[in-house]
Amino acid sequence: MTVHTGQSTAKAAGEGARGRGRATGERPGRLRRALSTHWYAWTMVAPVVIVLGVIIGWPLGRGIYLSLTDANERNVGRTIGANHIDATYEFVGLDNYVDVLNDPIFVQRLVWTVVWTVCCVSTTFLLGLVLANMLNRQFRGRAAYRMMLILPWAVPGFVSVFAWRFLFNRDNGLLNKVLDGGGISAVPWLDDPTWAKFSVIAVNVWLGVPFMMVALLGGLQSIPGELYEAAEMDGAGPWKRFLYITVPGLRAVSSTVILLSTIWTFNMFPVIFLLTRGGPGDSTEILVTQAFRQAFVESPRDFAGSATWGVLILAVLMIFAFVYRRSLRKQGEVW
Amino acid sequence: MSSQRGKRSPLASVGLHATLIGASVIAVFPVLWVLLTSLKPAKYAITTDFFKDTTLDNYRYLVDKTSFFTWFGNSALIAGVTTLLGVFISATTGYAVSRFKFPGMRPLMWTLLITQMFPMAILIVPLYNLMGQLGLLNQPVGLIITYLTIAVPFCAWMMKGFFDGIPVEIDESGRVDGLNPFGTFWRLILPLAKPGLAVTAFYSFITAWGEVAYSSAFMVGDENLTLAGGLQTFVTQYTANWGPMTAASVLIAVPAAVFFLFAQKHLVAGMTAGATKG
Repeated sequence: MTVHTGQSTAKAAGEGARGRGRATGERPGRLRRALSTHWYAWTMVAPVVIVLGVIIGWPLGRGIYLSLTDANERNVGRTIGANHIDATYEFVGLDNYVDVLNDPIFVQRLVWTVVWTVCCVSTTFLLGLVLANMLNRQFRGRAAYRMMLILPWAVPGFVSVFAWRFLFNRDNGLLNKVLDGGGISAVPWLDDPTWAKFSVIAVNVWLGVPFMMVALLGGLQSIPGELYEAAEMDGAGPWKRFLYITVPGLRAVSSTVILLSTIWTFNMFPVIFLLTRGGPGDSTEILVTQAFRQAFVESPRDFAGSATWGVLILAVLMIFAFVYRRSLRKQGEVW
Repeated sequence: MSSQRGKRSPLASVGLHATLIGASVIAVFPVLWVLLTSLKPAKYAITTDFFKDTTLDNYRYLVDKTSFFTWFGNSALIAGVTTLLGVFISATTGYAVSRFKFPGMRPLMWTLLITQMFPMAILIVPLYNLMGQLGLLNQPVGLIITYLTIAVPFCAWMMKGFFDGIPVEIDESGRVDGLNPFGTFWRLILPLAKPGLAVTAFYSFITAWGEVAYSSAFMVGDENLTLAGGLQTFVTQYTANWGPMTAASVLIAVPAAVFFLFAQKHLVAGMTAGATKG
């Protein structure tokens, strides 16, 4: 009985170890030793490894494969009623990539996606930093302010986006009525390409500030107060204290939140999809909504094309993360 | 000296409060406006009156004439299960990477970070096909699994930060008392990590409750929609049924806000732990 249990444990854990490649020792002795010391850890991470492997690893591989084929709605395998129709799409190599990269639309979308990301992240970060610094002081009503400022975070994103659509409505929206009352003619918030771009950025900033503010506030609170006192003794003014204590003290937090929010904004689907559907025309379409449109909105659904856009988006982000990490490392940040 | 620093000139005080009041109004107003609109008869929905014939008609319409509660139920089920599973598996993972040095740890940490980068665009079509093959389209299970992949990587990072903040001596005392690592984790460490669990739960819940792209793609048919999909049926390109829509928005925001109230005092600590030590 005991022998049996031991074997099955070793077998189960052994599979986990093999999945992780290098961990497999050259000799069974080493493997067994690794197992007996690490099986607790491996069991604990197993659910995540399995979920990520199946739901991200497999689709990722499949997505890359699809991007190398001509799959679309008409030629993928499907089951209609009792009949199963086999897939007839073919491997086409890098054709999709050549097509997309030669298409001026790709550059257009990429430029707007980068502009959108840079505008959103920088504005969100600056506002978050200002508000976090204000909330980090002692004054009456601090908790109430914090509560109100975090509120946009507590509301599901799509609800907020609908609220903004309501406010932005051209003829009946509150914003235009207020402007009208002030004698300013109505602004076509979502109907004019330039205003639509402004509007989607504004909404995304509104959505993103609470997260930024909370993270930076946490960072501020972890900076020891003695540092400020010492600096003040040495005669440093508020600006100098901010520059030489606050900024370096926030570096770890800010480098992480900037990286995360850049990635999130770059891939921010709901704001654009729900606010403008990429319109008017295609003026606010970012890379991600473009990919979604090809696979789920346009007909026939272009699965291969969508996957190609997806791989390109991932490539852009990986390059960004790599460069970002190197520049951090140059500044001496171990990360 | 330090008491001097705490004092502000009256002008600075006014500036501080004015800025914060302005920011708070901008933060709260859109939400408040939706709440007020939902309480007005539909024909006044687009007027600027803050209060006009306050009524619950929009809510009644929502209950009687639409499938709102079906959608609400679908979303509640999906978000609830996602939260439970998400908290559990991100806690075990966070604990393992915080306490044990094991082969495969660094690649795992990297994978968790890189997963954040995966655009939904690259995964959605293959996932759609995969779910189709497994018969999980239009099934809550399909969305739950999908949401776990979004929530868990970030949650595991945050949990690692929390566990890093709990002294290792507590683990050691548990071992001395004869507990194995699972026992130590379950009986000693998990109760201490409650703030972290609250933050993780909030994040998982809000991810599942507010997700749009996957649920729009995977769930079709009135009775299968989640709230995100259902709400979209009120707004077409040309018309918008603002009355019921605002009422629906309020009802959708309430559970999230309640959850948020419970978690919010831990959020600051949670974000820092995740961000700085991650």
